[in-house]
Amino acid sequence: MTIIERSASPAAASAASARAHRVFARSSRWRWEEIAFWILAAASIVAFPTHLVLIAQVLITGLFALSFDLLVGYAGIPSLGHAAFFGLGAYTAGLLARAGWGEPISGLLAAALVAGIFGLLLSVVVSRLTGIALIMITLGVGLLLYEAAHSARDLTGGDDGLSGITMWPVLGQFPFDFYGRTAVIYTFVVVFLLYLVARRIVNSPFGLELKGIRENVRRVPAIGVPLRYRYMVAFTVSAALAGVAGGLLAQITQTVALSVLSFDRSASVLIMVMIGGMGTLIGALAGAAAYMVAQDRLSDLNPVYWNFWVGLLLVLFVLFARGGLIGGADRFIAWIKSRRGGA
Amino acid sequence: MNGSPAADALVTEELCKHFGALQVTNHVNFRMPRGCRHALIGPNGSGKTTLINLLGGALVPTSGKIVLDGHDVTHANASTRVVRGLTRTFQVNALFPNLTPIEAVTMVVCQRRGFGGSLLRSLRGSRDAIDEAYAILEQMHLADDCDRPTATLAYGRQRLLEIALALATKPTVLLLDEPAAGVPQQQSGEIFEVIEALPDDIAVLFIEHDIDLVFRFASRITVLVAGKILCEGTPAEIAADPEVRRIYLGDSVV
Repeated sequence: MTIIERSASPAAASAASARAHRVFARSSRWRWEEIAFWILAAASIVAFPTHLVLIAQVLITGLFALSFDLLVGYAGIPSLGHAAFFGLGAYTAGLLARAGWGEPISGLLAAALVAGIFGLLLSVVVSRLTGIALIMITLGVGLLLYEAAHSARDLTGGDDGLSGITMWPVLGQFPFDFYGRTAVIYTFVVVFLLYLVARRIVNSPFGLELKGIRENVRRVPAIGVPLRYRYMVAFTVSAALAGVAGGLLAQITQTVALSVLSFDRSASVLIMVMIGGMGTLIGALAGAAAYMVAQDRLSDLNPVYWNFWVGLLLVLFVLFARGGLIGGADRFIAWIKSRRGGA
Repeated sequence: MNGSPAADALVTEELCKHFGALQVTNHVNFRMPRGCRHALIGPNGSGKTTLINLLGGALVPTSGKIVLDGHDVTHANASTRVVRGLTRTFQVNALFPNLTPIEAVTMVVCQRRGFGGSLLRSLRGSRDAIDEAYAILEQMHLADDCDRPTATLAYGRQRLLEIALALATKPTVLLLDEPAAGVPQQQSGEIFEVIEALPDDIAVLFIEHDIDLVFRFASRITVLVAGKILCEGTPAEIAADPEVRRIYLGDSVV
């Protein structure tokens, strides 16, 4: 028994170094699930012309879940108040349009900016915390913002929500129509572009360090990583993306309900990412889609029992389907490949 | 970064740490010349790991000074010390279970090269960093395992990865807290052969309980007892010291 095996001919060594590069090539290449998701999303716009608003909302929730996955799935930073960023983005875009500036793209930038700055400020406070303390602070901040929006009726409309939002045409060309055609295409393009950005981030050195933080938060300072700054950037980017999602919802529905800040939203995004598969990005989108479509179908059948099914689904997924939908799909693809290889 | 070449790599002056009334590090004056292979020995509870924690920045000393390469780093945090050239490993594996060794070491290389925080740079395109990481794994005899999840590696090879991670920071001072901890005795020599083969410009401080290994690989030995330096010297001097023999080594040694 030895630890070190000395063998490796020079040829074997160079083949092995190619193996090292392949590790990074493999993790950055497009997976089947990603391609399938985006083709299905585009196809559904064509196939279900009467459900365009639902499709847009699924994509928006998917973007929100994606922003959450960056924080929880990649960096391992838990949060129970992620709706705070979504809500801030929604109110920012909504109020901006109500104040008379209805240009959509700059509205999204404003939503990203406000949510991002709030995320940065929060991260300065929480970047020294981990685990339960972090969960409690994010939960508290989420509840705080909800109540603040609730009582600031003059600004937010309180329980009644914010209405009277009028959006200008997208790029000055495409007015929002009654059927939601512009809304769904606008949403699709924005979410897809931000998906590409998020993909780029998780396959960068920063993304690798986020995984390092998730895998061993105590070790990373000992290899020279300034943990605090990484936390701050992760929070800010995640918050800004969530803010864009909120802003999109405000723009395409032309209302902002108080529920954008609700605890329910913070909790359900966690469920979506769990169901879809944490730390995969596409899992967040798939989880959001599965959750929302199931909610739509099941609450049609029996609205009272929706939470029963959510609970059951969650327990089953955690117990039997680790890695969620994407983990399951990975295993399925691997099984097909092995069958084909074996035949 | 411009201490005179003759200066020591690491010096402590009157370093103290107490937890309440418990004095775990007691006026430690300690110096490591460049390139030394320095062993830290002492009975259980003598404060060896505490000393490593103080040097590495995991603990803040109660009083005293730590000077790295001519710079006072007493109040610098762990990651700043790494940037200045002082890196440690851990007695219990502190690795990244679901990352492969090549990912873990590449992460460290990117960080050291100054783009560890870059969001939009392609990791896959950072071929130089990956090549450097691979070379370090080769040096640590881990090339064969470079693309397997760390959690699946044999324990002894995980110990080597601990050292590989530290090595990727290009340290001038390397602190190894029981590098062979948990490795079966007949294999721990292999870990130390790897340590012995490290570049000569790295000053290495290691804690090790196996006295045979200590005498085989150390160029200097410091004996710590109850937080205090009992004595310090070459292996021959330590072996001849009557007090060391009485307190720590027993009479059976060498």
